[in-house]
Amino acid sequence: MKQTMPAPSQAAEQELAPTPLQPIPPGPVPQAPPPRERRMIGITIDGQPVSVPEGSTILEAARKIGIDTPTLCFLESLTPVNVCRVCVVEMEGSRTLVPACSRKVEPKMAIKTDSERVRLSRKMVLEFLASSVDVSTAPQFAGYMERYDAKPERFGRNADTVEQPIKIDNDLYVRDYSKCILCYKCVEACGVDAQNTFAIAVSGRGFSASIATEFQVPLPDSACVYCGNCIGVCPTGALMFKSEYDMRHAGTWDESRQQQTTTICPYCGVGCNLTVHEQDGEIVKVTSPLDHSVTHGNLCIKGRFGWQFVQIEPAEKQE
Amino acid sequence: MDLHLTGDRPTPEEKAAVDFELGGAPESVWQGGAPDVEADTRSANGGNQKAESQRHLLLPVLHAIQNRIGWISPGAMNYTALRLDVPPAEVYGVASFYGMFSLQPRPAVVAHVCDDIACMTRGSEELCDRLDTRLGPENLPCAGGRAMWMRSNCLGLCERAPAVLVVKAGQKPQQRVLAPATTDRVQSMINDAANDVMPAAPDVLNPQLSVPQEGSPKLVLLRRVGKNNAPELDGYQRLGGYEALHKAFDLGPEGVLREMNASKLLGRGGAAFPAAKKWEALHMQRDLLKANPGRKHYLICNADESEPGTFKDRIVMEGDPFAVLEGMTIAALATGAERGYIYLRGEYPLAGQRLAAAIEAARWEGFLGQNILGSGLRFDIELRRGAGAYICGEETALFNSIEGHRGEPRNKPPFPTQAGLFRQPTVVNNVETLINVPLIINQGGAAYARIGTDSSTGPRLFCLCGHVDRPGIYEAPMGTTLRQLLTMAGGVAGTGRLQAILLGGAAGTFVSPKEIDVPLTFEGTRAIGATLGSGVVMLLDDSIDLKRILLRIAAFFRHETCGQCVPCRVGVVRQQEALLRLVDNRPMGSKADELVMLKEMAQAMRDASICGLGQTAASALESALQRWNVFA
Repeated sequence: MKQTMPAPSQAAEQELAPTPLQPIPPGPVPQAPPPRERRMIGITIDGQPVSVPEGSTILEAARKIGIDTPTLCFLESLTPVNVCRVCVVEMEGSRTLVPACSRKVEPKMAIKTDSERVRLSRKMVLEFLASSVDVSTAPQFAGYMERYDAKPERFGRNADTVEQPIKIDNDLYVRDYSKCILCYKCVEACGVDAQNTFAIAVSGRGFSASIATEFQVPLPDSACVYCGNCIGVCPTGALMFKSEYDMRHAGTWDESRQQQTTTICPYCGVGCNLTVHEQDGEIVKVTSPLDHSVTHGNLCIKGRFGWQFVQIEPAEKQE
Repeated sequence: MDLHLTGDRPTPEEKAAVDFELGGAPESVWQGGAPDVEADTRSANGGNQKAESQRHLLLPVLHAIQNRIGWISPGAMNYTALRLDVPPAEVYGVASFYGMFSLQPRPAVVAHVCDDIACMTRGSEELCDRLDTRLGPENLPCAGGRAMWMRSNCLGLCERAPAVLVVKAGQKPQQRVLAPATTDRVQSMINDAANDVMPAAPDVLNPQLSVPQEGSPKLVLLRRVGKNNAPELDGYQRLGGYEALHKAFDLGPEGVLREMNASKLLGRGGAAFPAAKKWEALHMQRDLLKANPGRKHYLICNADESEPGTFKDRIVMEGDPFAVLEGMTIAALATGAERGYIYLRGEYPLAGQRLAAAIEAARWEGFLGQNILGSGLRFDIELRRGAGAYICGEETALFNSIEGHRGEPRNKPPFPTQAGLFRQPTVVNNVETLINVPLIINQGGAAYARIGTDSSTGPRLFCLCGHVDRPGIYEAPMGTTLRQLLTMAGGVAGTGRLQAILLGGAAGTFVSPKEIDVPLTFEGTRAIGATLGSGVVMLLDDSIDLKRILLRIAAFFRHETCGQCVPCRVGVVRQQEALLRLVDNRPMGSKADELVMLKEMAQAMRDASICGLGQTAASALESALQRWNVFA
């Protein structure tokens, strides 16, 4: 080994990372090199100066100074696709509005987040969505619509919608694409952003585009592994636990009676965090906190769905 | 990758089509071959790198299946997934994106009958009505179940409207243009094709129908178009072709850029971006290119001409294909690109044949390849066909399409010159832009810049169509007025009384006859709130109901929006609905309410859409509402 490799200098040898062939040297534990100093970029948002590290987005800069920007297709754990356009802001010198969720800051940018143009575009986006999609189970929508005075009913009762029959083809979760705003999050979670299973993709084109398995086959015939990470990122309830769906259907779903407890998954050694949602003494669904440093909200089929055993009472205790 | 395929298997014919396109049978069971325990258990043939390196073949493979079978079955998609190592859900997502692909069984012969705005002025509705009577309703089998007809968006044959494209799938797939089409000709072509006696004679470019100025000594861009031998390499060279390339080698990359800069050439695809700026952006990255073996520069000729009313690029490619190649080769010299793509609209059969033959001939004679004319320049061109998606003319959607993804535009920045095709620095130029390049090199940038006006230099191609006496492609220096252009084309046809002119196609603007003295320059049209766009000049006489034209444009955008971003995906639908209510005279609230709502939608689409499609989807409507009281 020593003979074939050019002899490294003493100093270089010190810096070599430990490998199976390069044991950890005795003495103090080597330190990871300090993170590259990121240049701070100064911009102004609504007249307020703010400085954020290079590579940050306008959204991050706005959040830093407490400006609340609506988002639908954005999620911290996924690559921004900037398709919903509800986060658009006005940038000085730009012909069009720009998406705050993905546009990186550049020195001296001047941003307006609440101008007439911004408010109109956000309002229209919300009206477009709420008039074509069933947003009744989308938690963020009501607040956004009130904030931007969105009136989707003004497009009339005959306005075309994306309504299609609900898909209940397995025991674990339900797909109701009448509630889908096509935010691409589930596709990203199923693909390279988390699961790498690629069971679903956007299919079709234009207003009739929708999320689908290959040839629209039922989920059990597709590549789906039931990790449920798509449910975890869905912002509208289009993807829903079967347990939640059944309770909503029966009229027994009541979030005010639910308690959330974060614990550690009992199955393997990874140690994913589970947030167990419980109502009336029964587990009704399991989520995972997005900010978990290892899993970023992702789980596998066992952690996500394998909790029924907790609720199965043994027929009788064996003495 | 575990693709987890459904049980649908390909038929032997589907398999043959895919294998032929990919140059042979699969090597391993992992790609759908026969199991060979020895080989397959000892080597891994797949891997992510290989998968990524093959994905760009997805669109050509889907074309091969569609062309051979007439539709794309789940079994064929499964086999495609296996061969290319692409998840079947993504194969389905891509296949279902394109209009030319059918994922349902359908007859082998399909007649696409254009009912778009230019053809509307030349009797396409009547044609459709008669086809309906004679052959039965659209989208249903006719001719003994072996054919069908369907309405289509603009086919880019507007100078010969009404236009029909007959496509026949099979061992020898055929695409045949009928323009101008008559009911009898369509019917007999459908019957012949269904009975396998489709005439073998290829379509030809007829200068009398398409190039009214042919033979005029004043022509520069079109000087070879329509000449019989121009599409052949010998003929092209005898007509002055490839002189500019020799000159460019003498000038070197910097010299070429100097001339390009001096020419002040603005892109002719519609966005009018300075061509030299794009080239320079790549030239400036040449040190990075040299230092990193993995880094590549790409050059793309955008020939996905789909703007309703536009046909100039088609005629240029049919009549003077080598000019496109020469322009690209000079661009390659300046930009350091070793690989070029021509992304050709899928509905252009003759242009495709001519370009493919030209590329082949240029390779043979050393005008493309590893060492072009001994200069050391390495450059080759691949022809890619679109599959019926207007959006793929948007440059970043075009990248995704070539890469084998859905043709959805990307957000900018990064710009193509930073991260374009395969995330590498890329220049995209329109066909017409590229054929200006040899002119600029031949006469010098400064001399070129003296043509036209100060800020709109050079000659320009115009697509005269609709109610015009002599429709066709016209060349005129920038700054020619609309009136002069109309005079050149023989004036208004139809009733002879001009109602409106559509400049720039469906994404363009209407102008009124009062504005007929506008100089056709970028700045001149901008001054009256219009656009030159792709060079469409569509005349509408006073027999035309403008409301119907507006409705057709709205339907076009609804059909062509990719569906990615909300303002465009839903906006084009709401716009069409509001228009329909206004046309039917049953507005919600008052007409004024509807107009306010349309205006708000237009603003949101313009401000918040990702790409130019959504940003201009309301511009024709808005320009009409500004000029006329359309819904009085």
